[in-house]
Amino acid sequence: MNAYAKRLMWPVLILVALIAVNIITTGIDFIVPSVNDDRLGGAFVNILRRSAPLLLIALGMTLVIATKGIDLSVGAVYAIGAAIACQMIIDSSDQTAAGLVFSAIAIALVVTAVIGAWNGVMVAYFGIQPIVATLILMIAGRGIAQLITGGQIPKVQDASPFTELGRGAFLTVPIPIWIAALVLVALALLTRRTALGMLLESVGGNPEASRLAGIRSKGITVLVYLVCGLCAGLAGLIGAANLGSADANNGGQWIELDAILAVVIGGTALLGGRFFLLGTTIGVVIIGTLEDTIINVGLSSQWQFTAKAIVVFVVALLQSPEFRGWFLKPFKRKPAAPATAPAEEAVAK
Amino acid sequence: MSDDPIVQMTGIRKDFTGVRALDGVDFTLRPGEIHAVMGENGAGKSTLIKVLTGVHTPDAGDILLDGKPVRFHSPGAAQAAGISTVYQEVNLTDNLSVAENLFAGREPRLGPFINFRAMRRKAKALLDDIGIDLNVAAPLSSYSIAMQQLVAISRAVDIEAKVLILDEPTSSLDRDEVEVLLGVMRRLAEKGTAMVFISHFLDQVYEICDRMTVLRNGTLVGEWATADLPQNELIGHMLGREAAALEQIERAAAAHHVADEEPLVKAQGLGRKGSIAPYDLDVRRGEVVGLAGLLGSGRTETVRLIAGADRADSGSLTFDGQSARGHNPRTAAARGIAFCPENRKTEGLVGDLTVAENMILALQASRGWARSIPVARRDKLVASFIEKLDIRPANPDMPVKNLSGGNQQKVLLARWMLIQPKLLILDEPTRGIDVGAKADIQRLVAELSAEGMAVLFVSAELDEVTRLSDRIAVLRDRELVAVLESEADMTTERIVDTIVSGGRAS
Repeated sequence: MNAYAKRLMWPVLILVALIAVNIITTGIDFIVPSVNDDRLGGAFVNILRRSAPLLLIALGMTLVIATKGIDLSVGAVYAIGAAIACQMIIDSSDQTAAGLVFSAIAIALVVTAVIGAWNGVMVAYFGIQPIVATLILMIAGRGIAQLITGGQIPKVQDASPFTELGRGAFLTVPIPIWIAALVLVALALLTRRTALGMLLESVGGNPEASRLAGIRSKGITVLVYLVCGLCAGLAGLIGAANLGSADANNGGQWIELDAILAVVIGGTALLGGRFFLLGTTIGVVIIGTLEDTIINVGLSSQWQFTAKAIVVFVVALLQSPEFRGWFLKPFKRKPAAPATAPAEEAVAK
Repeated sequence: MSDDPIVQMTGIRKDFTGVRALDGVDFTLRPGEIHAVMGENGAGKSTLIKVLTGVHTPDAGDILLDGKPVRFHSPGAAQAAGISTVYQEVNLTDNLSVAENLFAGREPRLGPFINFRAMRRKAKALLDDIGIDLNVAAPLSSYSIAMQQLVAISRAVDIEAKVLILDEPTSSLDRDEVEVLLGVMRRLAEKGTAMVFISHFLDQVYEICDRMTVLRNGTLVGEWATADLPQNELIGHMLGREAAALEQIERAAAAHHVADEEPLVKAQGLGRKGSIAPYDLDVRRGEVVGLAGLLGSGRTETVRLIAGADRADSGSLTFDGQSARGHNPRTAAARGIAFCPENRKTEGLVGDLTVAENMILALQASRGWARSIPVARRDKLVASFIEKLDIRPANPDMPVKNLSGGNQQKVLLARWMLIQPKLLILDEPTRGIDVGAKADIQRLVAELSAEGMAVLFVSAELDEVTRLSDRIAVLRDRELVAVLESEADMTTERIVDTIVSGGRAS
């Protein structure tokens, strides 16, 4: 677990630094939650609430990346999930019926899970490269979402219980945070309490050795893409519920890139193998906090993309053993044992 | 040979997290000499080489190159200073052509463009000079590992290296190819190139090396002229015990299986187009069947069909009385067939996973992902196999890629012993590993077969095959040409005769 802590150290430090900047500029209220109308509020809680869809997607993405794959279609799947649920609700006569909302949610989740599994089948059984296989749905998916909504933006009545998914609270904590936290715990249990996590890492680390060891790598791959699709659909539902509408074109746009970013910030290598769900979570919170930080330090919102790029750049540098060795050398008194394992395997290929 | 040394390393120390890999090692290399670095796996040979070639920077000690202190921070820097390396695993780009690999990074130019015609011509000339005949325009991957190795060596030779380091270059070469390589080395030595030669083949070391430096457990044992150090003393220095301790593994009288018993494995006309001609082969319980043949003769291909790693397109396979149709690695493991592939690194182990995880992989795969092995049971199993196979360092949580070759092979063996197979298939299990680990593995094979396990044993070393096997299948040109059964037939000479004659004479 020592290696695990090491992986998390830099992302955690960055997050703490960001939070510190915000506390300095806006006061301690930034981090301390306030309670209005029996629900938690305050800047940081809002960040977490807003980050929930991204976290869901990034968690799914983490597992996909662990298998040496990538899922570019998550933004489109987000839009499809949102479109299905919203369209079903506005098509009915009584938008407040609980049964309707439940079936809309269930159907949206089933469809997005099937879409995810389809990605997995293309990768595992047809041998299509993940980036190509999921690129197809990245492009087609938004078209499918437009077909579902007929090119309109379906607006759900504020009175519909569906909106609770994005706006509601349970035991004072916003529902999106509950969902994201539950999915995080569920995935952590699913991967670390069973052998799924190790088998995933094995398949991602060395597919051929895994095959010869008798691992059902195809089934595992499909499962992982299915989970990723399901997470994206769930994220879409939360996003749509928060807005009260489903925008087939703009809902969840570029979220796949933010998700990949969060995974990388969290210490999971794009080459597959070892993965870190907690690291991804911290990566997502960093990305979310960053947006507020830009406003709070007095920069205009146009700075958002540039600032994000700078933070990613810094995190990437800090995670590079070469850079750390070079950068930290003046601070080291003794040539202690290097922190990283010998890199000969990396050099060999 | 009395010239000033070209490389002088003194007091080299190198630590990896918690492990001291080298401790105060000296090494001297003179122009025009071929110098062997000897030691068991884990003795520090590879680390010493990697310090010299800039892969690792030493934590203490000095390196003088041509009398000037140097410190390389990258392999590129070392190469620029005239130190070239050919590693055990071929370090080239599979999907580029032979010519492109030979000249990568220093392509002949025509203005801003690569002059492919000149490149192919120069490549051809270079390979002709060395005495190998390849289509230089073909992708490197279309050639055997042996050929790829020779291409890697040709590349290093052509870079006009002052110092050429050969790390296990012969471990995947057949006899003729080894002769070609040794010839090239002699020619280079005459031209004044200093060479460091690392090999587990003592005969080759004695045939070609002028001097040897022996390491043990990261420390220097000493440096000798080859002529002054007989083989048994060398082995004594390497192992740190007297040569007598290198026990001979003698198979207990192998007649413990009844000849007319139903064989465990029955392959009839089993074959795969372009890979191995249809063959018949039986393996009985408690029997070790060796597979002998030259590199590329189809040894690996033969066992891969039985292991389910490749799909057969003709014939039938019966295992334990049941037809094994639609055989794949998973169903094979379920039937009790364990397969340790030839290439540990690419087909065997998952480098990033720990020793413990690699060990339990096959057992876990057979249980499916949902039924995790309880932690306590897992720890106990892993600890018992680390002890039983003497895996060093005895740390179950270390990434397996940080282990030496011999220990990696033991981890792979442990993985399969955990599922208690009925048939163990070992493809070159002792390739590129040290004497101690080799003896351990041979002893293990003998023990397992005595307990009733059937073993298919592939090895390029005929001595090893004859010593361990009850019967020997001989292959040539992707065809199983003969199965030698009688005691009198199972000699190295007889195998060589069979290979030469293709099994026709008798």
